[in-house]
Amino acid sequence: MTAILQVKGITKRYGGLTAVNAVSFDVQKGEILSVIGPNGAGKSTLFKLISSFVPTSGGEVLFNGTRISDLAPHKVARMGVVRTFQETTIFKSMTVRENIIVAHHLRSKSSLFGFFIGSSQARADEAEFGASADEIVDFLGLQAIRHELASNLPQGHLRALGMAIGLATKPTILLLDEPFAGMNHDETMTMVANVRRLRDERGLTVLLVEHDMPAVMKISDRIVVINFGEKIAEGTPAQIQANPKVIEAYLGSEDAAIGL
Amino acid sequence: MKTSKKLGLALFLLAVFVLVPVMIAATGRKDLYYTLTSVALLSIGSAGVWLTFYIGRINIGQGAYALMGGYVSAILMTQAGFSFWATLPLGGLFCALISVGIGVPILRLRGVYFAMVTLVLTEVARLTALALPVTNGAKGITSIPLPGALSIGGVTLIPDFATMANPKLAFYLLAVTMMVASYAVLWRIVNSRLGHLCRSLQQNEELAASIGVNTAYLRVLVYAISSFFGGISGVVFVAISQSIYPSSFVVTDSVNFMLYCFVGGLSYVAGPMVGTLLLYFGWDLLTVAKDYQMLIYSSAMIALMLVLPNGVLSLLDRIGGKK
Repeated sequence: MTAILQVKGITKRYGGLTAVNAVSFDVQKGEILSVIGPNGAGKSTLFKLISSFVPTSGGEVLFNGTRISDLAPHKVARMGVVRTFQETTIFKSMTVRENIIVAHHLRSKSSLFGFFIGSSQARADEAEFGASADEIVDFLGLQAIRHELASNLPQGHLRALGMAIGLATKPTILLLDEPFAGMNHDETMTMVANVRRLRDERGLTVLLVEHDMPAVMKISDRIVVINFGEKIAEGTPAQIQANPKVIEAYLGSEDAAIGL
Repeated sequence: MKTSKKLGLALFLLAVFVLVPVMIAATGRKDLYYTLTSVALLSIGSAGVWLTFYIGRINIGQGAYALMGGYVSAILMTQAGFSFWATLPLGGLFCALISVGIGVPILRLRGVYFAMVTLVLTEVARLTALALPVTNGAKGITSIPLPGALSIGGVTLIPDFATMANPKLAFYLLAVTMMVASYAVLWRIVNSRLGHLCRSLQQNEELAASIGVNTAYLRVLVYAISSFFGGISGVVFVAISQSIYPSSFVVTDSVNFMLYCFVGGLSYVAGPMVGTLLLYFGWDLLTVAKDYQMLIYSSAMIALMLVLPNGVLSLLDRIGGKK
């Protein structure tokens, strides 16, 4: 295994507050790595740093040895590092299929002007996008809602659509921002299976930031734990479960200290 | 395109190019030429504003580009001896170029912030025209010649407007031809991948960036096209009035361009055209109400926005039973 993504001493300060402090870890090619941590630990900030949605205050992220920190988000996506979003971030007034088709942007060979005049390359692109979108719909089992307006979808389907949008860009590494948040047990299990299949059937590397412990333990090859913006542990799910620092971070030590 | 749409388009073209001139000749209402020419030109400007709405930006600055295009044409014709036909694209291109410079910083703003900056833009354009020596200050530029002959390779495509028996008709035909061409471009943009990308930008810029869309580039591109439309409408306005002053296009005009889009409907390509026609004619018809003109006009506008928030064209959807 080789490291496809290297996070090296990445730091983010907002004024006097250090949200993420010198966090380092590697993501190996073809693994599913989860970043977990209590509320306010800096998970989301770390996620935005890796996907280059916020500028760093220090350190860097390397993808296949190339620095991607502080690049424009669309350039990072172009290199194959694609993120999904935590909230219901989708194109609301488009149908599921339209959402996925528009997300094929990176794969267009025609120029925008070519699309404007309807060149043969543009038409070929459109046909390919349509076919590929249908394939993704099938892969994620979204057939029943293919032509549904995205704003009408329930939470579970929205997450799946978010993932479908990410897949349409043909990423090398997919960054999932809390993919299981707000889901019931069945939806979570479907999602866990889907994320596994991304790796097993499509060879994707997956990095996810998540809250849902049982799901994380089930899905991850390795886990990185952060607390107060710093990495406190790294290892397999079994190692993490047994790590006293992690237990302390989650259950809290102050309570014991003040005698509660 | 569906057959009904094709038929509608054919009827529309027949109406603007044949029926209107025939009707005007029959009734002798030559003054209508000026009104309809203005509607056609204004609707080109509104088409541009509509396009910026399409990427989720409220543009109240189209008057600035109309003024700019007008001045570019006037200066090139009176001081550099350019033909009107050369200044028509040049005026548009100049505006597109300037809008790139202006757009790069201001298109990062969204919502009301962008709207406020564009609103100021019109005023800046007016003050610039007042201050610069080349624009001749408040005296403006007058006695601009009518469009000359347009000939390519010795073949005269369009005769000199000054020698025409009916230059008003010629201006009308020029304006509606430009309008049809502009809306064809607009329609094509909206219905090609470019339009999908604009919609993705309008609905969620962050997500658009995450799928690899160069959002900054696309915003500026769309704004440049929008400003080109503003510029060419200004060029022809100046050619008709044969003069231009810093007050030829003011903030009110910029606001009107935006209102035309609202009234027509922001989700219909023909929206700005219909909106321009309704509001321009509506205002004209209300002159009979004298002092109450503004009151009635404004009340009707408020009522319209309450009853038809998606524009007049949403009536068609209601009748058609869509949604």
